[in-house]
Amino acid sequence: MHIIDRRLNPRGKSLENRQRFLRRAKDAVQQAVRRSLQSRSIRDVLDGGEVSLPIGGMGEPSFRRAEGGITDHVLPGNRAFVEGDIIPRPPGQGAGRPKEAGQGDGEDGFRFVLTREEFLSVFLDDLELPELAKRRLSETEEMSPVRAGYSISGSPSNLSIDRTTRLAMMRRIALKRPKPAEIEALQRQIDESENEETRLSLEAELKSLTDRIRRIPYVDPLDVRYRRFDNEPKPVAKAVMFCLMDVSGSMSEHMKDLAKRFYLLLYLFLSQRYEKVEIVFIRHTEKAEEVDEETFFYGQATGGTLVSSALAAMRSIIASRFDPTEWNIYAAQASDGDNSYRDEAPAGHLLRHEILPLCQYFAYIEVDEEGGDSSVSNSPLWRLYESIRSGSATLAMRKVCRKNEIFPVFHDLFQKRSTQTKAVP
Amino acid sequence: MTQAAMQKDRLLFEGADWDFTTLQRIHDACEEIAIGELGLDVYPNQIEVITAEQMLDAYSSTGMPLFYRHWSFGKHFAHHEAFYRRGMRDLAYEIVINSSPCISYLMEENTATMQTLVIAHAAFGHNHFFKNNYLFKLWTDAEGILDYLDFAKGYIARCEERYGETAVERTLDAAHALMSHGVHRYAGKTRLDLRQEEKRQLERRAHEEQMFNDLWRTVPTGRKRDAADVDLERRRAALGLPQDNLLYFLEKSSPRLQPWQREILRIVRHVAQYFHPQRQTKVMNEGTATYVHYQIMERLHDRGQISDGNYFEFLKSHTNVVFQPTYDDRRFSGFNPYAIGFAMMQDIERIVTKPTDEDREWFPDIAGRGDPMQVLRGIWADYRDESFISQFLSPHLIRKWRLFQLYDDPQMSEGILVSAIHDERGYKRVRRQLAREYDIGWTDPRIDIIDVDLAGDRRLLLQHRAPNDWVLEDSETRQVLQHLADLWGYDVMLQEIDSAEKVVKEHAAHPREILHKGDLFS
Repeated sequence: MHIIDRRLNPRGKSLENRQRFLRRAKDAVQQAVRRSLQSRSIRDVLDGGEVSLPIGGMGEPSFRRAEGGITDHVLPGNRAFVEGDIIPRPPGQGAGRPKEAGQGDGEDGFRFVLTREEFLSVFLDDLELPELAKRRLSETEEMSPVRAGYSISGSPSNLSIDRTTRLAMMRRIALKRPKPAEIEALQRQIDESENEETRLSLEAELKSLTDRIRRIPYVDPLDVRYRRFDNEPKPVAKAVMFCLMDVSGSMSEHMKDLAKRFYLLLYLFLSQRYEKVEIVFIRHTEKAEEVDEETFFYGQATGGTLVSSALAAMRSIIASRFDPTEWNIYAAQASDGDNSYRDEAPAGHLLRHEILPLCQYFAYIEVDEEGGDSSVSNSPLWRLYESIRSGSATLAMRKVCRKNEIFPVFHDLFQKRSTQTKAVP
Repeated sequence: MTQAAMQKDRLLFEGADWDFTTLQRIHDACEEIAIGELGLDVYPNQIEVITAEQMLDAYSSTGMPLFYRHWSFGKHFAHHEAFYRRGMRDLAYEIVINSSPCISYLMEENTATMQTLVIAHAAFGHNHFFKNNYLFKLWTDAEGILDYLDFAKGYIARCEERYGETAVERTLDAAHALMSHGVHRYAGKTRLDLRQEEKRQLERRAHEEQMFNDLWRTVPTGRKRDAADVDLERRRAALGLPQDNLLYFLEKSSPRLQPWQREILRIVRHVAQYFHPQRQTKVMNEGTATYVHYQIMERLHDRGQISDGNYFEFLKSHTNVVFQPTYDDRRFSGFNPYAIGFAMMQDIERIVTKPTDEDREWFPDIAGRGDPMQVLRGIWADYRDESFISQFLSPHLIRKWRLFQLYDDPQMSEGILVSAIHDERGYKRVRRQLAREYDIGWTDPRIDIIDVDLAGDRRLLLQHRAPNDWVLEDSETRQVLQHLADLWGYDVMLQEIDSAEKVVKEHAAHPREILHKGDLFS
């Protein structure tokens, strides 16, 4: 009898099958994930979690009998029936054949848990920051190990057994190290030999061979080789995303929720896909302030509206921290479209002449009440941006009224596209 | 030594904790009883301790320790995992594999008592059944299965490299859909030898390569023979029709499959065949194992090798395992194979040792024979569920379980008829019906390939015999038929025939060009 402890075996044996399953179910999973984004609270979205899939394209069909037809079956636990009794059928149910385990769960869909990574990778599947290649820098920020032949020193985990044994064998052959078989043969000869003289000479020979074996080790420290790795610098693009959010009094709870959801998606997308992307959160009323992530998403504030304050804050942050020659600069702005009339000229000027020339991409999201029409907008800010956009292709604009429009709009703004075409509404 | 100390010395373990020496001790104690007293004959045992996650892994690949890759296993894993995580379902205490050595998986969180129970149950009960039952002897090759699965896994992985994952996946999807109809139901000429399979695959390939001569492909063929020449009977005989092993037929006769696709069908077919006996012996297999573990545990306790406390723990899980709710219980979901199997084994023991007059009349062969293990070993070797129940379900047990039979005809508007109960008139009928429910030849739809229109459009004709107006589930049948058509490469037609030889329903499918990209004929 053997007892084997398998607990230490590598985990995740089924991972490959799981990935295949997810790939197979990709469309369904994607839809399910997007659906679940609408119903979840903002905090929960980050945690991955359970999604429910329709069994649709993932069924494993087999020849099975349909319900119905004449059936006979035996049951245990008869109390009062005698032969010939007729039991009225239970209402709303056909033959009372008990369902066999594993067969009945087809209809109610298929629930299972996605890990956070799986969840995010599914829903960020085909998104990217546009034009990131434009200012890719050769600055050496990240090192990655690359194979660089063999060395005579290194850590044991890098020991190249293949190379070491090959060298050892070469050396053994070159130095004519006797093989164990030769010694065995000689020993046998000695055992068999009758003649004293030949036996002595054979024994002498044997001794010289065994000495030789002792002198020439099987593996010598000289033979040992280690795999060598060099660190090679990898160029990394530096990018920064500015998130500008209007939190003024004219924004209703619903609008703020929409805007936050949008930024949350953006935040998830950037933190998941681009490790090196800096994110700057700016919220503004009639004055703008740079805040941390926590305050941005969950903090409370109210006041009037001056869009130029946020743009000015962005400009000064760029000037102090993000040199446009080194950084790819992106911005996303969310607002209800209200802006005071006296601010129109300064905001327009800032955007057209100072912000847009520095930006790779500027996305503007206008949020509106639930009943609004997301295809038209007549707000001051929308009109202002519309006039600016004609002169610049880096500005993209969308309007959102309902929660379920957030994802499509987000997806539309950041989907992969060929390098030439821009996000034009 | 004092009395108490001696008693302590005899115990296999104390409390719930165990380590590997404890397992060894438990195994040896069980072995002594199983071989020495019960006269069991088992494959060498291999016991593997695993975690919950590994148990889930094992679940999703039908319990086998290694299996080829396919998305459906990932799906099953996710499904089981979701249930397990939400606490809706417990994991099995063990999984045992019909192989030699016989591998039993034990969960690490089982207590020492549970490990004893599991070792007695799986490593001796199931193990004996696998080694001795005629179906397993006939259809499975315990020595070869692990090597064969290893070969299958490697082969399919190589196919994926050569022909692309999608192509392999589609072939496997189609083969899996037909898996339930990919077994030989009747004994063939030769015993399965899985060890030879890998060698034979290589030989087949080498032979093809040697025999390949491009000349033949370009030789002009002679004048086509008149279609009428080929007469139906000869054609059927040449193709081995009618054939109920659909996968076998496709592997041998499908005109458009690539050699590797045939090999994949063959692999799926072998796996299906390997599991075929298990489907036919659920009650007997579990009954045997439960009876054996009960005997072993009882004797261990009698010998003082298990303390009273631990024995109670065992009895508690044992009673849970053999619990059978009645039909009107909320927990009822059909018969529990452990319960019915164990009850029947115990009943046989009663008949052999203390028969009543009724037993003597019903079971003249075994009543009062005196040695229950000898009788049971014979039964375990020679029966499957259907024949076992139809021979050994006693009136005593029918009364005890208060079995009754319902006749449900949808045409009968008044309701469902109670057609037999546990009385003199009903015993035989109840027994016959229950046995029938365990006959997969009766419960599985029977589908045969009847004919191929070789001279015409190569359409494949299948028939489903639909006794009692049982027709096939519509949408699933269409999907399976689609897979069948893809593999066959030409149209497929399935007729459903009722008991009056009338065609009640027809399904048809056209092949999609997804399995045959770039082959010679397209």
